[in-house]
Amino acid sequence: MTAVVQAKGLSKRYGNTAALDNVSFDIEAGRIVGLVGPNGAGKTTALKAILGLAEFDGSLSVLGLDPRTHRTQLMEQVCFIADVAVLPRWLRVGDAVDFVGGVHPRFSREKCEKLLARTKIKPTQRVRELSKGMIVQLHLALVMAIDAKLLILDEPTLGLDILYRKEFYNNLLSDYFDEQKTILVTTHQIEEIEHILTDLLFIKEGKIVLDATMDDVGERFAEVMVNPDKADAARALKPLYERQIFGKSIFLFDGIDKSRLAELGELHKPSVADLFVATMKGTYA
Amino acid sequence: MNAITPSSKFLWQVKREFWEHRGGFLWTPVIIALVMLAFIAMGLVTAELTAQRAGFTLNGIHIDQLTSHIDAGDMAKFQGALDVGLITMGMPIRIALFVVVFFYALGALYNDRADRSVLFWKSLPLSDTQTVLSKVAAGLILAPALAVFGMIVLQLGFLILFTLYAALHGINALPYLWSPTHLIAMWIKFAVLIPVNALWALPTMGWLLLCSAWARSKPFLWAVMLPVVTGVIITWMQLMQSFSLHSGWFWQHVIGRVLLSLIPESWINLESLKSLDHAGADPSIALSNLFSFGAIADRMASANFVIGVAAGLAMIAAAIWLRRKRVEAYA
Repeated sequence: MTAVVQAKGLSKRYGNTAALDNVSFDIEAGRIVGLVGPNGAGKTTALKAILGLAEFDGSLSVLGLDPRTHRTQLMEQVCFIADVAVLPRWLRVGDAVDFVGGVHPRFSREKCEKLLARTKIKPTQRVRELSKGMIVQLHLALVMAIDAKLLILDEPTLGLDILYRKEFYNNLLSDYFDEQKTILVTTHQIEEIEHILTDLLFIKEGKIVLDATMDDVGERFAEVMVNPDKADAARALKPLYERQIFGKSIFLFDGIDKSRLAELGELHKPSVADLFVATMKGTYA
Repeated sequence: MNAITPSSKFLWQVKREFWEHRGGFLWTPVIIALVMLAFIAMGLVTAELTAQRAGFTLNGIHIDQLTSHIDAGDMAKFQGALDVGLITMGMPIRIALFVVVFFYALGALYNDRADRSVLFWKSLPLSDTQTVLSKVAAGLILAPALAVFGMIVLQLGFLILFTLYAALHGINALPYLWSPTHLIAMWIKFAVLIPVNALWALPTMGWLLLCSAWARSKPFLWAVMLPVVTGVIITWMQLMQSFSLHSGWFWQHVIGRVLLSLIPESWINLESLKSLDHAGADPSIALSNLFSFGAIADRMASANFVIGVAAGLAMIAAAIWLRRKRVEAYA
């Protein structure tokens, strides 16, 4: 497998704060990677670096190209949806389809129209007449009609209701994603997408603190519900995190043998959200 | 699939500017033309009613007798006066064009950063150079071409109204008002003036685009206040007699050029206009001298013109560079 994104020693400073601090990671083709981190951890900065929208130090190769010098070429292979409502409000839906078809060599008009036909969006409508959810539907239809190798989503479903959010990821999985494509997504609604992710990248204060496949995560991490009498024994194994529920303690462990943990109490596979909270503790303190 | 070339992409980008600014580029000149024609029509109706009430009727036969005495010289004078009238009639459209393009340029590289739609445009395989140049072309070629269209609509409407009015009184005005050679020569001149105006306007276009790409907020204040405050300081220093630069020169050749060169035909030599005035020459001859191909070529070869083009291109290059760098700065 070849790496779609190869980052080595990526750094970016805004004044005195390091948005990215000597970050290195690889993203393989055919993966769906969740880039997860608290506000201000450097997620957006990393995405902007990949998209050639921000300056940075270090080396970065996206589909074999340097985003700093080959942006235009790169954007034929890379699509992105950044936040909601970045479609210009004056644009007509039909004109948007014409325009993208006019400038993008990998855009399929038929596919876009087929996707739009499933929605209530009409070609004569302007973006400003659409609801937030419809704007995202339109944007997704435009992007899914582009046969790109890398799709970058930066909080694509922010501010949408659950129906739109579910539909967004369902469409993406059923009509877009295949082993030729790679998706890199950031979101705070991590519970909703953890079942579609293949890889996790946790970023905290400009550093990568977890870089693992979802399979690895299941292997490495375990959550144990422990009765008070065994709590001290559990603490001796240096859990990542501890929380209380119904008088019991729940401990999260990294890399401890499952059979040893089973002696302490009931084993669970931790959710990505729990893992996130455990990894990021102290961020805002 | 459909062939996508750099030039087809460029045309799509110009088209996008047209979609966004259809109101300013197309409807503004067309509506001004229609409103002016409505006023002219109302004027004609008023004139007709007043004449009838006063009891004197325009008699076709008398006019015909009058016109039969017109010789070739009178006819040429009449044509000249008509040309002057037809050209000056377009003044409101030209003024509107200046205002529209001025604010278009100020917002061209700023508004999409303010509403973050720049992120959508930047997600497409479009180069920043092409993007900025498409905005230059939209402001300096497309908008003036549509203004010329508006002026032609106005002229034709005017001629049709007067021809109908004359016909109402049994006069055939066709030979007097409709001279195809005159009209076509005038329209060709309009078309030729578009690129001349565009080159002359480059310093203003460049400066406004530069401010538009640079400003984190309020591009208008930066674009206008920076040169004006500089000018005031220079004038003040001259008054203090501590600085030898002639402030009038600075106002005319720097501030005027970066802020006002978008005014259509503002490259004409005002000095020669004065001398013609004193000579008491026929305005139509003065006008045709001022806009003769020789006079245009003369002005284009002047240092003022050439240096302006170079400065304009340099500022456009700087705007392209800023467009590449400044994505993160939102308003």
